[in-house]
This record gives sequence, C-alpha cells and structure tokens, in this order.
Amino acid sequence: MTLPIAGQTDAGKAAEARVSDVVIRFAGDSGDGMQLTGTQFTNTSALIGNDLSTLPDFPAEIRAPAGTLPGVSAFQVRIADHDIHTPGDAPDVLVAMNPAALKANLRDLRDNGVIIVNTDEFTPRNLKRAGYESNPLEDDSLNAFRLYQVALTTMTRRALEESELDVRSKDRCKNFLALGMIYWLFSRPLEPTIDWLRVKFRRRPEIAEANVKVMKAGWNFCDITDAFQVRYDVEPAKLEPGTYRSIHGNSALAIGLVAASRRSGLPLFLGAYPITPASDVLHELATYKHFGVTTYQAEDEIAAVCSAIGASFGGALGVSCSSGPGIALKAEGINLAVMVELPLVICDIQRGGPSTGLPTKTEQADLLQVMFGRNNESPVPVIAASSPADCFDTALEAVRLATKYMTPVVLLSDGYIANGAEPWRIPEVEDLPDLRVDFHQDAEGFMPYMRNQETLARPWAIPGTPGLEHRIGGLEKEDVTGNVNYEPENHDHMVRLRAEKVARIANEIPEIEVEGPQSGKLLVLGWGSTLGAITGAVNQAWADGLTVSRAHLKHLNPFPRNLGDVLDRFERVLVPEMNLGQLALLLRARYLKDIETYSKVEGKPFTRDEILHRIQQMAGA
Amino acid sequence: MPTTEATPLTRKDFQSDQEVRWCPGCGDYAILSAVQQVFPELGIPREKFVIVSGIGCSSRFPYYMNTYGFHSIHGRAPAVATGIKMTRPDLDVWVVTGDGDALSIGGNHLIHTLRRNVNVKILLFNNRVYGLTKGQYSPTSELGKRTKSTPHGSVDFPFNPLNIAIGAGATFVARSVDIFMPHLKEVLKRAAAHKGSAFVEVMQNCNIYNDKAFAALTDKTGRQQNGLYLEHGKPLVFGDNQDKGLRFTGTDFEVIELGNGKSADDCLVWDEKHANPSLAFQMASISTGDGLGDFPVPLGVLRAVDAPTYDAGVIDQIDELTTARPQTLDQLIHGTDTWTVDAGGSVHRGAN
Repeated sequence: MTLPIAGQTDAGKAAEARVSDVVIRFAGDSGDGMQLTGTQFTNTSALIGNDLSTLPDFPAEIRAPAGTLPGVSAFQVRIADHDIHTPGDAPDVLVAMNPAALKANLRDLRDNGVIIVNTDEFTPRNLKRAGYESNPLEDDSLNAFRLYQVALTTMTRRALEESELDVRSKDRCKNFLALGMIYWLFSRPLEPTIDWLRVKFRRRPEIAEANVKVMKAGWNFCDITDAFQVRYDVEPAKLEPGTYRSIHGNSALAIGLVAASRRSGLPLFLGAYPITPASDVLHELATYKHFGVTTYQAEDEIAAVCSAIGASFGGALGVSCSSGPGIALKAEGINLAVMVELPLVICDIQRGGPSTGLPTKTEQADLLQVMFGRNNESPVPVIAASSPADCFDTALEAVRLATKYMTPVVLLSDGYIANGAEPWRIPEVEDLPDLRVDFHQDAEGFMPYMRNQETLARPWAIPGTPGLEHRIGGLEKEDVTGNVNYEPENHDHMVRLRAEKVARIANEIPEIEVEGPQSGKLLVLGWGSTLGAITGAVNQAWADGLTVSRAHLKHLNPFPRNLGDVLDRFERVLVPEMNLGQLALLLRARYLKDIETYSKVEGKPFTRDEILHRIQQMAGA
Repeated sequence: MPTTEATPLTRKDFQSDQEVRWCPGCGDYAILSAVQQVFPELGIPREKFVIVSGIGCSSRFPYYMNTYGFHSIHGRAPAVATGIKMTRPDLDVWVVTGDGDALSIGGNHLIHTLRRNVNVKILLFNNRVYGLTKGQYSPTSELGKRTKSTPHGSVDFPFNPLNIAIGAGATFVARSVDIFMPHLKEVLKRAAAHKGSAFVEVMQNCNIYNDKAFAALTDKTGRQQNGLYLEHGKPLVFGDNQDKGLRFTGTDFEVIELGNGKSADDCLVWDEKHANPSLAFQMASISTGDGLGDFPVPLGVLRAVDAPTYDAGVIDQIDELTTARPQTLDQLIHGTDTWTVDAGGSVHRGAN
C-alpha cells in the first residue's frame, strides 16, 4: 500500500495514520548490520502481534569492497494487520545507508515511497564507487519519492560523545540510529531490542549501552524535530488464537528435527559440511546437544552423508543437510542408503546454480537432481517445505517416512524460506505425530531383507543385538536373505521392489486439496516456497472476480494418489517454478497432461503481482 | 541393551556362512584367518563387533565375518565408521580397506579420522595394486611399475602409508605382513587394545596382479635379513643372526654391523611412546616396505601414544550439557520470545 501523507497537525506534532500493511527495506554495506537491524524490527513487530514475512538478500562475499554495488546487503520485512503470504512486492520505505544501497534498491521502491539516507556517506568518492555521475540527493532524480536526509554517522558520533568507545566502534552503532527512527515512524516499542542488546552483549555492556543510546537518539530525533509529518501504526493481525513466535525456515527445520528425534526416541545425528544457505541448520543443531543431538562437521560432504548412514546403521536418526553442490557430492552416499535400506534424511536448502552459482540467492532447481541425480534406478521419496514455519512439519514428515519405510528421504527447502521468517503458531507437543520406532529383536527366523507386507520396509536390526549379526552393503541383495546376489531375475525383482516400496507411500499420504472451484478453467499448482506468492495472487484474483483454483504439493515423490484426477478436472494448469519447468516435466511425463510453466530464475522469489498478472492473462481479466 | 553371556567364543563363531571368493592364494585369506583367531580372544561379545569396509578386494572382508558388517562405498568406510562410533560407543568398530580405497579415493577420510583420533581400528591391506579392477597401479605402487594403466612404467611417486598415518597424527601406527601369522596376530591385539584410532598396514600379496611384491621380505631368508621387528624398549637389532643394528646419528638412521666393538648398546632403543612423532616418521621412511632397499623393513608398532578420542569428547559434551541444561521439547519449541493471541483477538507478550 502507499503510505498516506497526512497533513501536519497543530503544535507541530506529527499526524498519526493507521496503515494495514507496510513493506520496509533496510539496505547498506554488508558490514553495516542490515540483517541484524531488519531482524530486530521483525522480532519487535512479531511481539506486537503483526503478521509478517521477511526477505533477506545478501551478497555471497562477506565484505565486498565498501560502498560498491556488489557489497550491498538488504533485508526486507513486511508487517500487516491481516494475514499475508509474501514479504511484499515493492518496499514502501527504503533505508539506504550509502549511495550504493540507494542505487541497488531504488528501482524496487514504490512511487512516492519514503527514502531515508545517511547523508554522511554521500561523498564524491562513495558516489563514484556506486556509479553515480551526479549526487542524487542534489539533482531531481528522487523527485518521485519522499526523501529524508539524515546525517546518521554524525548524529551517532554526537550521541556517543561521552562514550569511551573508539570511533570505529561508535560508527558501527549507526544502524541502531536508523532502527530507532524506523521504530518511531512505525510506533514500535524499543524495549524488546533493548532487552536483546543487553543479553547479546552481556559480556560487553559498553557496546550494549552505546547501541541503546544511539537507538534512543534516533527515536528522539524523530520525536523532537518535525522531520516526519506523519507517524504510522500497524495494528496486530487477527491471527488464530494461540501462542506464536517468529521463526526462520532453517530454525524451524532444526527444531523439527529435534522434535522428530524426541517423538521417535532416536538420538539425532547430523553429519554436515558448511555450505550456504544450509549452514545455519548445523549451527543451530550444534546448540541442542542437551537434547542428545550429535552434530558432526565432517571433512567433506561425502563424509557428512556417510557418517549419517553409519549413525543410522547403529540405530540413530541420521540426517545430512546441504545445498545443491553438496547434494551432488552426496549422490553416491544416498544411493548406498537406497541399497542398504536404512533411514536417512537429506535436507537440500536450494540455492541458485548450476555449479557454485548464486550461493546466497534462492532457486528451486534441484528437484530433478534429487529425483534422478544418482546412478541407476534409485527411488527416493521427496518432500518440500512451503514456508519458514512449514519446515518444522516437513522435518517431522521426512523422519516419519524415512523410519517407516526404511529409506533415505530428501527434504527440499530453499534460501528464501530458509532465511525468511514468519509468525509460527506453536504446536502442542502431544499433538505432534508419534514416530516411535521398534528395532528388530527376535533372532528366530531373522533375515535382514525380509519385509513388512504393507510398507515393504525391511527390519531395522541394529548392531549390539545378539543373534542378529548380519552384513549389508552396496552390492545387489538377494531378496529376503540380503546375501550378495548377481542373478538376473533377482536383480529385476529387487529393482522393482525398491520402486514399489517408495510408490506405496502414496497409499497413506493426504490427497492434494484444491482451493476454489474443484474443476474448471485454470488451476495454479505449486510446490515449495512459491506457496506465499501463489496464495496471495489467487486470493487477489478471487477478490477481482476471476475464476481460478490453486493447489500445492508437499509430496513430490510419490505424488498424492489423486493428483492425476485433479489435473484432469482443469482445462489449463499453470505451474510457477523458480526453475525452467522441472515439476512440469515430471507432471507431463507421469500424467500425459499439458502443463504450462511460469519460470523465474532471477535468484529471488516470485512476487504476488507477477503471478497475478499471469492469472489475469490466462483467466481473461 | 542385552548382550550374550560371556561364553568363550571360538574362531568358528566368527566365520560367516558366505563362501569366500578371493582368488586362490590371495594374501587376504591369511589376514581373515588371523582376525578370526584374534577376535574371540578379545573378550568382546560377538554382536558388539562391526566391520566396515569400502570397495576393493579387501573390502569384501565383512561378508566373511559373522559379525555386524557394512560393505560401504569406495573410500568412505572411515566416514561410515565414524558415524557409528560417535553414536554407539559401546561397539567395537573395525575398518578394512586397501591401498586404493584408503589412500586414493578415500585419502581425505583416512587422514581426518586419524587426526580426530576416532576410536576405530583401521586395517589397510597394502598390495600395491588395484586388484578388483584388474590390475592398475595404486598410490603405493613403486615408480616405474608397468600395469595396464601404466604400460610404459609409472612416473607417479608413491605414498608410504605409515608416513601418511603418522603425518595425520595417528596415535597408533603399526605394520605387519599377511603371512607372518604370529606377528600379525600380536599386532592386531595391540591395535584392539589401543584407545583411539589404530592404523595397521598389512603387506598383502596379490598373486594375480602383483605377485611377490614383498618377496624380498617374506621369503625364507628375507624374514630375518630384511625384517626389523620393533619392540618398545628394545634396541633396534636385526639380521640373520641378530648381527646388525640401527644407530641414530641425530639426523639419520644408519645400519651398523654388530661385533668388532659394536653391540646392541650402540643401537637406538625403540620408543613407541615418544611424544614427538618425528622419529616414528623417520623410522617409517627408512624403507618403502618391500625389503629391496638398503634398510630393513620396520614391522610391529611404530607409534602408540595416549590421547583423548574424538568420540569420547563428543559424547562427554552431550552428557555434560544434558545434565547441565535440562530443557523440555516444549521449551525448545517456544524459544525465548513469544506472543499470545487470545480468543478475543487481543495480543500480549509471552506464552499462555
């Protein structure tokens, strides 16, 4: 929405305007603390009860040359008094800490949007670095916006005149001056951030207090001066009753894995190798050792997955977490788990590619890799998380399938939902699925490859159990005995058996549900992190009177058993994907149905309006 | 977990029902036999043994042992074994690997497992050739070796496996020979008793693709003439009639003829527990291991030092934190900052 420009009230006090929805983007150098600033604003807004959605966007370089376009780091947050599904298409407010941040983000800003710039950084040198030929603060190029020029660095130093910190440390507080201003502008309390600072810097209270002081200075600057004519408020959203927290996707995934460990009674083992954007799962699980969690930073991606397989063999819940390039390295290990039929959860936090690609940007282009990127017939269940909070439920589902069917399972997430945050209605522990596992104990008649007749799972017989000594390995198994066997008929049988085992999962997973008309002209079908943009777009299309339906896939292998019927009920099926049509390829092959792909591979998620425009074209607006 | 009563186990208890399919005359048979004789003597219930292997002739080993076994993928056995040992410290985990498996495709896992001092035993069968893929040179093949992949002779400088292990910080490093049964068994027992990574190189004859690679060491005269049997606290004496010795000049080893005023007292006394690994490294370097050089082949334990194990360190941290920071799953899920929406739609900070 466009922020209203209410007239000035008497006594020079700013007018107060209630808005239902606002999108703010904090942008600066990658050392300016923009991710932290945005996260603080997000958490404070969460505690107020707003619905929210975030989109961090940072460079792959830790500290690209200061003041340059490649070094710009941004954090977008949308807060609302109603249910929202995306971090917003265009910012209403842009905080630009330097010329490069302004230049890199201006094109996204809404007309008449608010720009707050740090004038101290608009030096000839920095302007040149950002590629400006003239100073945009002095020419007319920003006339379409509401520009607020603030000497953030100068004000920060002034606020800390009495502080003993060195100048460099003082200057590092300037993001909190901007945060204080934004808190004032959007009527947020300072206390949650003050509390956070004092805990975070409990060993360096002088840093905490300097930041508190600067943040208050930012707030007071707005309150005392008439820098802004209007002050906004976003009321709490009408969320379903319950207790909430704000959560990132990677955090929800880590907590979900711990929950699965507790609900299954299996100790959690994570084998991982650092890789963007998956490392946070390793970092977070490393802090949960008190839940019996073992984290192993292996020497490489291969050792990461192989150690997890070893842990599963021993009766733990083996998990490995990576991103596309790491998943490629794990392929042979995953295939070993397919052959030895041990539970294993592989989390793929997708990023832009191929090769090293765009490490910090999002993409959904590993679907075919995880489906088919292994030698020979290698069926693996694949499920995808659709939002930050959904990573929690998806982790539990991955563990459920892996242990019930004795199989590796791939869980797909991506950089967008891994780093994005949203409010999460916290579930009751007793409502979580019961994942208890029984290890095989009975030596009588035991064969390592005998099977459960319903699921076709083989028994999980762990070392240390007397009488069940057996050998497993990557060579083809004889049915039932598990002995090495090269017979043609046996191999054909085993290949089909492994495929059938995974296919049978379709018997129990939920059918896909269609929102809107159950049949008709147009179905928008998505998977993974496109859920928010698709939901927002379809909701708007309905509000605009268009006839369109939507459905979303969590289970990508096997598909829900009714999917073919659903596709047949619609004249046209649109699949928006952050790839060149990978789900569409699978659907066409499986159901012989024409699928229309809407591709976007820019390293950033679909906006609501992009999908809405496509729906309008197809549904004849 | 229940375990079997401590009934005495025999060699037969460790023989699986699978037909052994190594080539007739392969050195692996002797090693299998040695392991099957040593395991019953270790006082460990059979179900507690896990043997993990990679790919190659040697890696078929688990199929022939009636224990828990895992024939994994090429080079990765140390990684699989690490995952097992970290989560199941009660198990006795052995890795069986070869020169290609451990030193070529799996080199990274080998060095890092040794560096961490994971409490697993690693038996590297070194036959200096790729057997299962039918005769290519390996990372331990000697320079100039003609194989299918080096028809004009290898120009690829080989590794000395002992030096890799010592260089990676292994806390136990030993060497024996497939057909030196009593010696091999003794080395295996020493490895089994070691707390931490135990690396054992076993010189193994591949009679099909690299026959007699170690003949100068293993034939009747070679055993005494060219074998240097290291014993902790004993002087370095060798030769047919114990008539030669090794002296350490301060920079190098040199062979001395005993007699004529020189005795065992002039030889270096072997110290496998020496904290600094340099001497063990230098000892490993005196010979490429085939008995063809000027120096004898060091056999037995080169290094055995005490150090904390990685798996114990990991488990100790978990145990300590589990006691120190009791937290319920509910608390974890809630985190630190929550807000509650009540039935009327009003919002307050904190949980219900």
